[in-house]
Amino acid sequence: MTRRAVARALVYLSLTGAALVVLLPLGVVFLTSLKTENETASGSGALTPPDDPLNFHNYVTAFRDGGMLTAFGNTAFILVVSVGGTVLIGSMTAYAIDRFTFRFRKAVIALFLVAALVPGVTTQVATFQIVHSLGMFDTRWAPIALYMGTDIVSIYIFLQFVRSIPVSLDEAARLDGANAFTIYRKIIFPLLRPAIATVVIVKGIAVYNDFYIPFLYMPSQDLGVISTSLFRFKGPYAAHWETISAGAVLVILPTLIVFLALQRYIYNGFTSGATR
Amino acid sequence: MARTSRRLTPWLFLLAPLTLLITFTYAPIANMVAYSFTDWDGVSPELRYTGAENYREIFTREDLFQVFWVSGYYLAASVVQIVVALYFATILSFDVRFRNFFKGVLFFPSLVNGVAIGFVFLYFFQDGGTLDTVLGLFGRHTDHAWLGTPVSANVSLAGVSVWRYLGMNFVLFLGAIQSIPGELYEAAELDGAGRWHQFRHIILPGIRPVLTLTVVLSVSGSLSAFEIPYIMTGGATGTETFVIQTVKLAFQFNKTGLASAAAVVLLLIILLVTWVQRRLVPDDRVDLV
Repeated sequence: MTRRAVARALVYLSLTGAALVVLLPLGVVFLTSLKTENETASGSGALTPPDDPLNFHNYVTAFRDGGMLTAFGNTAFILVVSVGGTVLIGSMTAYAIDRFTFRFRKAVIALFLVAALVPGVTTQVATFQIVHSLGMFDTRWAPIALYMGTDIVSIYIFLQFVRSIPVSLDEAARLDGANAFTIYRKIIFPLLRPAIATVVIVKGIAVYNDFYIPFLYMPSQDLGVISTSLFRFKGPYAAHWETISAGAVLVILPTLIVFLALQRYIYNGFTSGATR
Repeated sequence: MARTSRRLTPWLFLLAPLTLLITFTYAPIANMVAYSFTDWDGVSPELRYTGAENYREIFTREDLFQVFWVSGYYLAASVVQIVVALYFATILSFDVRFRNFFKGVLFFPSLVNGVAIGFVFLYFFQDGGTLDTVLGLFGRHTDHAWLGTPVSANVSLAGVSVWRYLGMNFVLFLGAIQSIPGELYEAAELDGAGRWHQFRHIILPGIRPVLTLTVVLSVSGSLSAFEIPYIMTGGATGTETFVIQTVKLAFQFNKTGLASAAAVVLLLIILLVTWVQRRLVPDDRVDLV
């Protein structure tokens, strides 16, 4: 074998190894979710396939006892409102900053910039008191307000796009008698579609997966989102790995479907979201 | 009339965003700094000013300070993570079979819910769980309690965090490498440069801004590790991290003052790291203005 062939073989070996490391833990949990209580209890080994590959009993248990229906409902509500709000707020901020010259413009920009440097986890102790005093504690509005109020990345993505829209479009509309709101609504917002798609994807995934904020701000059982419901689900089922696995698979599955359907947009979204 | 309304217009657009920004970012920071000099319990109407007492406590009480050592495991893990992500990003930016499949597999974990990941790996590290079974296939029958001793538990948890976040770094690096013009490689190949030289002299300098950004995000990420250890061990067996400790101080033991001081310390460290990065890579495009 030539040196080049060895190098190629090593490259594929490392790629296959990495794929196994990623897929094995997930695959095993999927296998486990199809096993019966007896199979897991008898210690049949994590890698053995289930006796009945169509045993969806655990999913029924997880879905019902984990309160998954409520959880998906709560998540959907919070997701739609906060992602919608983020899109509106982000695009309005970007429009105001890019298209107007006004006093304190630099100061406003600095406020948003500096806030981007402050990680949310560090300020939660004091944020909690404010959310509490506004009467939003243990309501769906606490996470919604927090998700909408702190998203600097989306403002940045919108800003990049607003800049690429020619100012001559605004001016033409203004000559036709359009005011600033009409210009925003009829020209800027529709042209922002690619940026909106990016923000919806990145923000949507972040909200769907977030654990910290709903865990701190919505302790009530019936306000559980999918992360917190899954987390609480473990308590009563501590040793029943087949049921816990089913719960985990239920939560992962929508992400997998969205990922397979929107792959390209997701890669682009995360690249433009994170490099800023 | 027309002039005042024109002057007001941008503020109408900024009303909601600025209100949210100040209420949920700046007001908390200001309050937090104020609380950090008191012994407030978070409930009672009385706050007593205690000076720098909370800060002294954080740096002198052994049990409070030890969470910083736990960050060391996550810091070491992020070095591994960055190197491995860089390796795969380089490989997969050249022509490789099943490229999109490997890309997808490496990236997918960064989209998965943290609680689900926690459970997947609790099962993975269980006695007789996935890891023990796989090791058994290779003839190594360890009945090892992976999460049972502090060192092994922290290494395991840091490993999970590599599994989870590697894909994110990988995709960032991949995007940056692909934005390097292809002619550079061709020219290098004509000059007889091998893959290693191309990596060393084209790729590495080409992705420097993203690389430093990743290093900064990794440092602040390591210091603020929370989800994986909280979900998997709840901070038991010496795996308590800074954020877990702060959450416990504030919301279980009602030590809002002390927790605030801890949060201020964390915030200052992270701002310091970011500031150092900005100094090191001043050409990093911060063109919000």
